[in-house]
Amino acid sequence: MRSWISAAVVGVVLALLPFAVGSYILGLLVFGFYYAVFAMSWDLLFGFAGEVNFGPSFLIGVGAYAAALLNHYFNTPIPLCLVAAAVAAVVAGLILAVPALRLTGPYFGLITLVAVLLLQTFIVLYSGITGGEIGLDLPDVFANGEVRANYWIALAFMSISGAILFGLSRSAVGLILQASGQDRIEAAALGYNVTKHKLAAFCISALFSGLAGAMLIFSQGTASVGLVVDIAVGVQAIIGAVLGGRRTIFGAAIGAIFLVAAQELLRPLGQLSIFVVSAFALLVILFFPGGFLGAVGALGGVLGRSAR
Amino acid sequence: MANLLEVEGLTKRFGGLVAVKDVSFGIPPGEILGLIGPNGSGKSTVMKLIMGIERPNAGAVRLDGTDVAGWPTHRIARAGVGLVFQHSRPLHRQTVLENIKLALLPDSLTRLFAGTDIENRTREIAARVGLSKVMDRLPSTLPFADLRRMELAKAIARNPKVVLVDEPFAGLTSAEVRDFSELIASFRAEGHAVLLVDHNVKSVAALVDRVFAMYLGERVAVGTADEVMRDETVRRVYLGGAIETATRPERDFQGRPPLLQVEDVSVFYGKAQALERVSLHVGEGEFVSVVGLNGAGKTTLFNAISGLVPYAGTVRFATEPLRGRTAAQIARGGVVQCPESRELFGEMSVRENLDLGGQHLPRDQAEERLAWLLDLFPILNARARQAARTLSGGEQQMLAIARALMMQPRLLILDEPTLGLAPVILEQLSKALERLRQTHDTTVLLGEQNVTFALPHADRVYVLEHARIVWEGDPARFAQEAGTGYL
Repeated sequence: MRSWISAAVVGVVLALLPFAVGSYILGLLVFGFYYAVFAMSWDLLFGFAGEVNFGPSFLIGVGAYAAALLNHYFNTPIPLCLVAAAVAAVVAGLILAVPALRLTGPYFGLITLVAVLLLQTFIVLYSGITGGEIGLDLPDVFANGEVRANYWIALAFMSISGAILFGLSRSAVGLILQASGQDRIEAAALGYNVTKHKLAAFCISALFSGLAGAMLIFSQGTASVGLVVDIAVGVQAIIGAVLGGRRTIFGAAIGAIFLVAAQELLRPLGQLSIFVVSAFALLVILFFPGGFLGAVGALGGVLGRSAR
Repeated sequence: MANLLEVEGLTKRFGGLVAVKDVSFGIPPGEILGLIGPNGSGKSTVMKLIMGIERPNAGAVRLDGTDVAGWPTHRIARAGVGLVFQHSRPLHRQTVLENIKLALLPDSLTRLFAGTDIENRTREIAARVGLSKVMDRLPSTLPFADLRRMELAKAIARNPKVVLVDEPFAGLTSAEVRDFSELIASFRAEGHAVLLVDHNVKSVAALVDRVFAMYLGERVAVGTADEVMRDETVRRVYLGGAIETATRPERDFQGRPPLLQVEDVSVFYGKAQALERVSLHVGEGEFVSVVGLNGAGKTTLFNAISGLVPYAGTVRFATEPLRGRTAAQIARGGVVQCPESRELFGEMSVRENLDLGGQHLPRDQAEERLAWLLDLFPILNARARQAARTLSGGEQQMLAIARALMMQPRLLILDEPTLGLAPVILEQLSKALERLRQTHDTTVLLGEQNVTFALPHADRVYVLEHARIVWEGDPARFAQEAGTGYL
């Protein structure tokens, strides 16, 4: 309950933000919000189903490029593009996960990593169609590029995705998923089809990742490998999720937004900014393995004890 | 009456090893069958084959007439087989109630919220196994027996036709054993078929209707508990020869400073005192046993000596205080602990595990030591190329001890080597230890719950009870002075 209330308060503050800050910060937060959805989708799979997906940008990229190609070549309206993106990401996810989930241990992660490289190579090889490294221009942009509207669309999307993913993680299905992630033999002995549940988690993760990828490109008006497919995109989502706190969903969002913001604030440092942010992330992961939310929880416990 | 569970011609091979060979039995509703056998006899494999965790190479597992052999685990579970795991691995961030609720949820992706009926049934089951008072606590705060109750609750929740229970009484006190027996007997009263899997007849004799005894993957006897206990083959499998006690030349420890000196050591885990001003000493070349029930503080004492837990008091090794040294420094200094959890490298072969232990020795010395150890534990020679995790419990224990000995310890600490081992294995282990004591000057500190195992080798015995040393003396005097109060 407390999580819901805190989230609602933060949501209201964020919704009112465009009246207080300029378009530069809003533009930055748009990025942050879509990354937050990447990270939350990833946390459902890692934190709950116990599977490490090293290639979230495979799902993000498939969704984004499905939408981009339709919009670029056929002028398909944005809502239809988004539906296509979601379907494409889930289908691609299934094609990847059905064989991969038969393997155990690190192999699942390795397969997801290879999938990103394949997708990236594919896009670069067929650059005549996909725009290759340069990317594709999109005829349509959210709200014709109006900054505030673009911001609210991103915020609304993140809030709804977050609510659904968090609710799911706390539901009966989330409980079965956690049991499957922790001990698949015991979960199976209780009568649960572990593969089915993990596959479902993967599809849900794919759905939100693909949708968020497509939304991101329509907020920017362009689709490129560097924006939605590159390994670095996935790595940033993963670091955000771990930084914010594993198995918390909301923590993943906080971590991802923090990372995007920190990199931008440190931009004057040039290449050094990536180093500083990475070093900070490393320190948090080393000393607070529970991430931001874990650290807050521990601090709350200490304060609670000393107040008594 | 027709059997609820019918196993016929069940066979399972792992590579060249035949773990289960043509096993057949049936359990009618309302009967408890004990499936017993020493470690490595294949009884756990039979249980896994029934549950679908392993697939049989041949044979049938009929559940109420339907052959489920080779089905995936979750389908067998839904068809009506429940397994009470020996080790519970609960969800740590969920309460006891939620852990039990987990077992009641439908295997559905669309039923997102459990109804109130599930909530009520969960509470009912928690009450039935005696967990009402701790329902809202996290599993990590529960004592061992309550975790076992939770596992039992999960099995009850699925209301299976056939209940498999893996080592029902391991690690429980006699009062807890009574509670658990009643709960298991209630399965029988409700017409379930129950299979109890355990090492020996004695611990399940009072509860079972019939016993099926296995050894080396095959049936050796079937009958009532009494019949099986009297069976000639079973007796030979379990008792072997009597444990030989050999006295060795008296050694004089007077006048020399002891190799290990523990003075007034206390350890706290949070508020709980795990050790209270414990003092003991071990002379060079001496074999000292610390006996005490589970939870008395043996492992804590050894962990304090090895530098793994913080303590108050002093520990001296070869007159040097050990405080301030890291666990790795202490181990390199010659104090090698062989922990009760064994800590083998499961994916590495037996030989690789041993080589790792001797890594710091010059090559010729390592070879010599290896030859000596393979002579001491011949079974390790036969298994040299096998992955350590594929060994039986007893073989793993021997490997753990051998690996510790490869490190050329000045003091070898053996923590509960008999844990989970069947009598026939104990005897082999006991003989190996005796040969070690007779032929070699290694100083040994042994922690044991099993007095029969700990006494024959010891030069001196300490009794640890509720965090304190309550008796010290000669093994010969133990029976009359401390033996009666021990259990």
